[in-house]
Amino acid sequence: MNDQQLDQSRLGGFAYDPAPESASLARLADQYGLFIDGAFTDPAAHQQFATLNPATAQPLASVAHAGPADVERAVVAARRAFDGGWSTMPGSERAKYLYRIARIIQERARELAVVETLDNGKPIRETRDIDVPLAAAYFFYYAGWADKLDYAGFGPAPQPLGVAGQIIPWNFPLLMAAWKLAPALAAGNTCVLKPAETTPLSALVLADILVQAELPPGVVNILTGDGATGAALVEHPGVDKIAFTGSTEVGRLIQQRLGERGTHLTLELGGKGANIVFEDAPIDEMIEGVIDGIFFNQGHVCCAGSRLLVQESIADEVVRRLLRRVEQLRVGDPLDKNTDVGAINSAAQLARIEELTRAGEAEGATRHASSCALPAEGYWFAPTVFTDVAQSHRIAREEIFGPVLSVLSFRTPEEAVAKANNTNYGLACGVWSEKGSRTLWVAQRLRAGVIWANTYNRFDPTSPFGGVRESGFGREGGRHGLEAYLDV
Amino acid sequence: MDQVTTTPLRSAVGAEGAVWFAATNAVPRVESEIQLRSILASLSGVDAVGAEARAAKLATRSIKRASKLAALDLAISMVDLTTLEGADTPGRIASLCAKAARPDPNDHAVPAVAAVCVYPDLVASAKRFLGDAPVAVASVATAFPSGRASLSVKLADVAEAVAAGADEVDMVIDRGAFLSGRLGQVFDEIVAVKSACGSAHLKVILETGELVTYDNVRRASWLAMLAGADFIKTSTGKVPVAATPPVALVMLEAARDFAESTGEVVGVKLAGGIRSAKDAIRYLVIVNETAGSAWLTPERFRFGASSLLNDLLMQRLKQRRGAYVRPDEFSGD
Repeated sequence: MNDQQLDQSRLGGFAYDPAPESASLARLADQYGLFIDGAFTDPAAHQQFATLNPATAQPLASVAHAGPADVERAVVAARRAFDGGWSTMPGSERAKYLYRIARIIQERARELAVVETLDNGKPIRETRDIDVPLAAAYFFYYAGWADKLDYAGFGPAPQPLGVAGQIIPWNFPLLMAAWKLAPALAAGNTCVLKPAETTPLSALVLADILVQAELPPGVVNILTGDGATGAALVEHPGVDKIAFTGSTEVGRLIQQRLGERGTHLTLELGGKGANIVFEDAPIDEMIEGVIDGIFFNQGHVCCAGSRLLVQESIADEVVRRLLRRVEQLRVGDPLDKNTDVGAINSAAQLARIEELTRAGEAEGATRHASSCALPAEGYWFAPTVFTDVAQSHRIAREEIFGPVLSVLSFRTPEEAVAKANNTNYGLACGVWSEKGSRTLWVAQRLRAGVIWANTYNRFDPTSPFGGVRESGFGREGGRHGLEAYLDV
Repeated sequence: MDQVTTTPLRSAVGAEGAVWFAATNAVPRVESEIQLRSILASLSGVDAVGAEARAAKLATRSIKRASKLAALDLAISMVDLTTLEGADTPGRIASLCAKAARPDPNDHAVPAVAAVCVYPDLVASAKRFLGDAPVAVASVATAFPSGRASLSVKLADVAEAVAAGADEVDMVIDRGAFLSGRLGQVFDEIVAVKSACGSAHLKVILETGELVTYDNVRRASWLAMLAGADFIKTSTGKVPVAATPPVALVMLEAARDFAESTGEVVGVKLAGGIRSAKDAIRYLVIVNETAGSAWLTPERFRFGASSLLNDLLMQRLKQRRGAYVRPDEFSGD
């Protein structure tokens, strides 16, 4: 046997041939209309806009731009459906539609995964294994609640709110549509859904699924468009409830507008999540969790663990392992089944990430970027870790919404809690330790809606999700998620 | 997008993405059970949920085309072709050896397997049948598979195998001693067996299915490496739970970290229950992304298996011809 001693071992040195999923599975049309009152129709002003594949910057399809007249039509259709039977239909009947939608999502999972990857830029592994199965799971879960609302803890016979305007972001287009639609429909509301400007396609496939499920016309209406479309929906007096997921800036504007009217509102906004790592953390699993916490979905995650707070005694070792792992991430074609990190969703988002990372360097932090090759076309940003970050740096305070991690250190549990809470946000935090009593001590003191212990970015329909402070209010998921769509 | 063409086994990452081994050989000399305990207690715990999630995620890698062919050939070269039955005879060993030296008689490009693995009394036969073929003879020893015998009996078992010409010895640890906390006893036994092995390589079977927890697997791996194992091995194949992806992950992490801190590169052998080429490739992916290129060689990584080889051959032919052939295309053993 060969006893030759090697001085190093290359990780990922065994290269994998490309294993791309077929883009044709998406079966995209050239042009899409608005889904109003159970059918696709042209927008009143006949305006269209292109949605791009962020991995190539090439257009995928032409999508309708909904104006105020279209919003009016959609809200009227939703009201008619609400009064016309959906709200008074027995819960067990509404449940049948939701179960049917969930099953069709499962049947068309492959198509949905490819559509989502093309339109969003996220890797096919994530759309296939996370976005699409979870979207189906939320419909299944809330289907189960539809005939049990009397027992949800909100008193006997809780009533729906009416017409819900739902504005969703581009980071998890289909999943956010499921988070919004499933509880609203289970509770007996009707919906006008506005997908994000850069990622309208999976919602349009979902519209086709709703037709396939024979959902009564007007129960769900889907309006593609931009911020102006969303604003028209928020302004519409016929809307009883607004549910918004997106940036804190826009959320603040919506809250100001609706404050004058008293329309029901829930907001799921930004975050600056902290992963707190104690010296007794399970180190290999912790590194994976930290990597997943920030590089999952290119860091386009409101609850991303974008700050790593690591106990000083193990900081060097953790950073060394972390950088080694970052170097291993496979960045490239989102349709390749072996891709770990895909494309940044838009040119605008890429510009914001570049601006903030430049600020990080200017303020004195040290940038460590993966040496991976980036494709020439499209919007790309190499996975990046900043060390020597101070609590006052912009990269430690502002939401970057990209694959950028800021590493800070702490000495005591008190200091870890103080640093983690020293933010305007309060969406999610992670605690890594093998000592349960310390994890609980820290978790009780963190101001965040979600605390993960020895894991990160785990989602489940049975668990409520939402933030405190500038991360918003209201909960999605679980029994708590029904409250946002019931008059209680 | 430009598709990046890849050549299997080329270096895909720079030095930043590498595991660097300590320059000087610095395996700590263990002089007391207290010291052994403190080294093992200093190891990080394993979060079972996280380890299983990581292994499951790695299983989704899609290995196609040239990289699949390269992986299949590599896997063939890593097989310890094994027969450990009470009914083994010299005749069966003869056919096993013929298969090991030339797995596919119709295709000389197919590499020989790494070794044949037999009981001690059949080592001499195996040596004779293999002749000068580039295949090692491995022998299980130390009261395999239970390990329930006195140290002197175990050492006699090893001495017999080595005297008959075994190139590699697969010993079992005393799981009872490990589980009851007599770590020094387990350590001393490995040291004694290692010394009885002489120049033969020592593989230490942890029997992870009986150790049960990943924390135990990590600590037993370090214990065996500190005691001088050339390989750490999962299982005897004689208990219901054998090699699993998370166990392979934890053992590879241990081997990687041990090499980083001591400079000593210890091999990993998975045995028991690995029957399909698909499973073998999934394990190679775990090796590739956990420990790296230094372990992607038969000197550092093995599959202990019997039926795996034919599936590897069948998949290899399928990759080349584009269609499956009949199982009977390949000899049974």
